[in-house]
Amino acid sequence: MPGRIQSIERAAAILRLLSGRSRRLGVAELAGELGLPKGTVHGILRTLQFVGFVEQDRESGKYQLGAALLHMGSSYLDGNELRTRALNWADALATQSGESVRIGTLHENQVLIVHHVFRPDDSRQALEVGSLVPAHATALGKALLASHRYLAAELLGGDGLMSYTPATVTDIYRLRRELDDISEHGWASEVGELYRDMASIAAPITDRRRVTVGAIGITGPIERLCEAARPRPELIGYVTTSARSVSRELGALPW
Amino acid sequence: MSERYVAAIDQGTASSRCLVFDRRARIVSVAQKEHRHYFPRPGWVEHDPEEIWRNVLEVVDEALAKAELSPADLSALGIANQRETTVLWDRRTGMPVHNAINWEDTRTDQLCRELAGDAGQDRFREKTGLPIATYFSGPKVRWLLDRVPGLRERAEEGEVLFGTIDSWLIWNLCGRHVTDVTNASRTMLMDLNTREWDDELLSAVGVPRAMLPEIRPSAEIYGQAGPPLAGVPVASLLGDQHAALVGQTCFDPGDAKCTYGTGSFFLLNTGEAPARSESGLLSTLGYDLGVGKPTYALEGSIAVTGALVQWFRDNIGLIGSAPEIETLALTVEDNGGCYFVPAFSGLFAPHWRSDARGVIAGLTGYINKGHLARAVLEATTWQTREVMDAMNADSGRSLAELRVDGGMTANNLLMQTLADVLDVPVVRPIVAETVSLGSAYAAGLAVGFWPDLASLEANWHKAAEWLPAMDGAARAKGYRKWKKAVALAVDWLDDDD
Repeated sequence: MPGRIQSIERAAAILRLLSGRSRRLGVAELAGELGLPKGTVHGILRTLQFVGFVEQDRESGKYQLGAALLHMGSSYLDGNELRTRALNWADALATQSGESVRIGTLHENQVLIVHHVFRPDDSRQALEVGSLVPAHATALGKALLASHRYLAAELLGGDGLMSYTPATVTDIYRLRRELDDISEHGWASEVGELYRDMASIAAPITDRRRVTVGAIGITGPIERLCEAARPRPELIGYVTTSARSVSRELGALPW
Repeated sequence: MSERYVAAIDQGTASSRCLVFDRRARIVSVAQKEHRHYFPRPGWVEHDPEEIWRNVLEVVDEALAKAELSPADLSALGIANQRETTVLWDRRTGMPVHNAINWEDTRTDQLCRELAGDAGQDRFREKTGLPIATYFSGPKVRWLLDRVPGLRERAEEGEVLFGTIDSWLIWNLCGRHVTDVTNASRTMLMDLNTREWDDELLSAVGVPRAMLPEIRPSAEIYGQAGPPLAGVPVASLLGDQHAALVGQTCFDPGDAKCTYGTGSFFLLNTGEAPARSESGLLSTLGYDLGVGKPTYALEGSIAVTGALVQWFRDNIGLIGSAPEIETLALTVEDNGGCYFVPAFSGLFAPHWRSDARGVIAGLTGYINKGHLARAVLEATTWQTREVMDAMNADSGRSLAELRVDGGMTANNLLMQTLADVLDVPVVRPIVAETVSLGSAYAAGLAVGFWPDLASLEANWHKAAEWLPAMDGAARAKGYRKWKKAVALAVDWLDDDD
C-alpha cells in the first residue's frame, strides 16, 4: 500500500473542523486546532476555496464549508424538499398511529424539525417546524446519530450530555452501545428521556445512495406508545414502513 | 367479513391516478400514469381520449395489485375528473371522432367573442353563472361541429355523442351516456337553477340536444363496471374541484377550501341556492350527493400560482427544485418592497382581464434573489386574498378559516404568509389527496359504505394549522401595494400584440 498523502489528510482535517462548528473559523484558529503553521493552513484553504469546498466570509475573513461540498455530499438535502417529498407518508403515519409525526435533520448537533403533522384528534396543537430538539434525548436524534457516527463522536466528545429527566442517557458508553443497537435494528426509541411522560419512536430516511438524510418518527404518551416500558411492535412497524416509503420516494432502492 | 374498500379515479390534466381508501378514509394504495399533451398550434391543447381510458384501466389495475386486492374487494368506484375538457365520440363504435380539447385550449377565443356580441361577456351569466370564456365546454363542442365535416349532421341524429371526461370514462366502464351536475355546470349549456340542459343556451351556442348526456346527481349507482372491473358499482361523478370540496367535508354554507396546484381553485359552499356574483366569481354547482338538496358554490379560479414557482425554477433558474423556493425566500426577512403579479396569460378571478401581463413592481438596487423568491410566494397569497374578499362581498359572510390542500401546502412559509395575508387561520387536513377522497366519499355514500355526512366529517382531522401573526398595518400596506402592482399589469396588451 502506497503511503498516505499528507496534504490531503490535512485538508480533510480542516473540512472536518469546519463541518463540526456552527461558527466560522479563521486561519489562526484552524492552525491552532491542527498544530500547523498558519502559512500551511492558508495554502490548503486557498486550494479548497478554488475547488469550491470552502468559502471565505467577506466581512470576517473566516472560512466555512462551501456550497459545492454541501451539494456534492449526498447527505445534503434541502429540508423543505424533504418535507415536500414526505408529505403523504407522514400523513399516513399520523393516521395509522394516531400520534403526532415529526421529521428531523441534524443541525449543529441538534435535531431541526422540518415537518410536523398534528396528532389526529383535533386538539389544540402548535406547529413546531423550525424548532430544535436535543439529539441524544429524542428518537429522531438517536436515529440520525446512529447513521452519522462522526457527528456522534463529536457530540459525545463535547462538554457532556444534558440531562432532561432521570431517564436521559448521559453516559457516553451507554449511548454508544445504544447507537450500535439502533444501527443494527434500523429504528430508535426513547422512553421518558426528554419529558417524563412521553416517548418517541423513529427510523432513518435514506436517499438513493443509502445515506441518511433525515429521520421520521412519532411522539406520544408512554402509556400509548409502550407496553411494559418497551415500544409497541406495531408502532415500530408503522414507523419503519413509513421511513422506507419516504426513502423509496427519494430514490432509495426498493427493499 | 373481510375489509372492504372504495377506489377513486382522479383523471387530471397531467395524469390519471387511482387511490384506494379503507373505511377510515386512509389511503391504502396509489397508482399514477401521465398522458401525452398535444399542441397542434399555439394556444391549442389536446389529449388522446383512448390513451386516457387505457391509462385509467392501468392505474386501477396497478392500485389494486399494489394492495393485493381484487375488484371483488371494492364496494364502489368513484370518478373525479379534470373539468371542461371535451370529448366527442361515435355512439356505435365508441371511437372518438377527434382528440379531446383541453380546458386550457383557447381556440374558441374568436367564437366566444362572437357569442358575447353586443350583450358582452355576461350574456349567459344569469342562467349559467359563468362568463362567456374559452375555458368552458360548450364553445369547444360548437367549434368541433363547425370544423369537422359531417359532424353536425351525425350529432343531430344522435350518432355522435358529447361528454366531459367523466362521461367518456363511464361510457367505457358501464356503457351509459351520463354526466353529473357539477361537470354539466361547466359546459355553459346548463341552467343552474333547473339543473337541466337549456334550449335557449343550446340554440345560442349551437349544440344539438341529441348529443348530450343525461344529467344525474354526483352520487348514485350509475351502473356496474364491465370487465376487467367485474361488477364493481360505479357510484360517483364529480369535477375535480368539486370533489375536493367534498373531500374537505365543506358541507355547511360558509365552508371554503382552496386547492393549491399549478393554478388554484377557491370554492365556497353557498348552500341550496345559487349565489350570484357581482365580484368576478363563478357560480357553480358544489355537489349533489343524492342526500339532501344540491349544494351550490362560488368559485374563484386563479390561473397562476404553483406555475409561477415552476417558471422561477425552469425559466429563471435561481432554484433547482420547487421546494427550494422556501429556502431561498428564508434568506431574507421580507419582500424588500417587491411585488410580482404573474398575469402570464391575463388575470383570472376576480379581475378577468385577458389584456394583463406579468409585472415585477417595486424594484430597487436593494432587491436580491431572496426578495424575488418572497415576491413569488406572496403572489399566491395576495391573489387568494383578492378572491377571499370577492367571496365575502358576494356571500355577505366573512370567512372564518380556510381549508387548504394540494402540493403547495408543503411550503410552510407560504402557508404562514397565507394566514398572515388573509387574517384567518389556514388549516391543512390529514389527507392532502382531497380530490380522490371526495370522489371516494361520494361513491361510498351512494352504496352505504359510509352512512352519512357526519361519518365523513368524523374522518377529517387537522394535520397542521397556521395562525395569522401579521401586524394589521403591515397587512394593509402590503395589500395596497399589491393592488397598485395589479393596476400596472392590466391594459398591457395592444391591438397589434
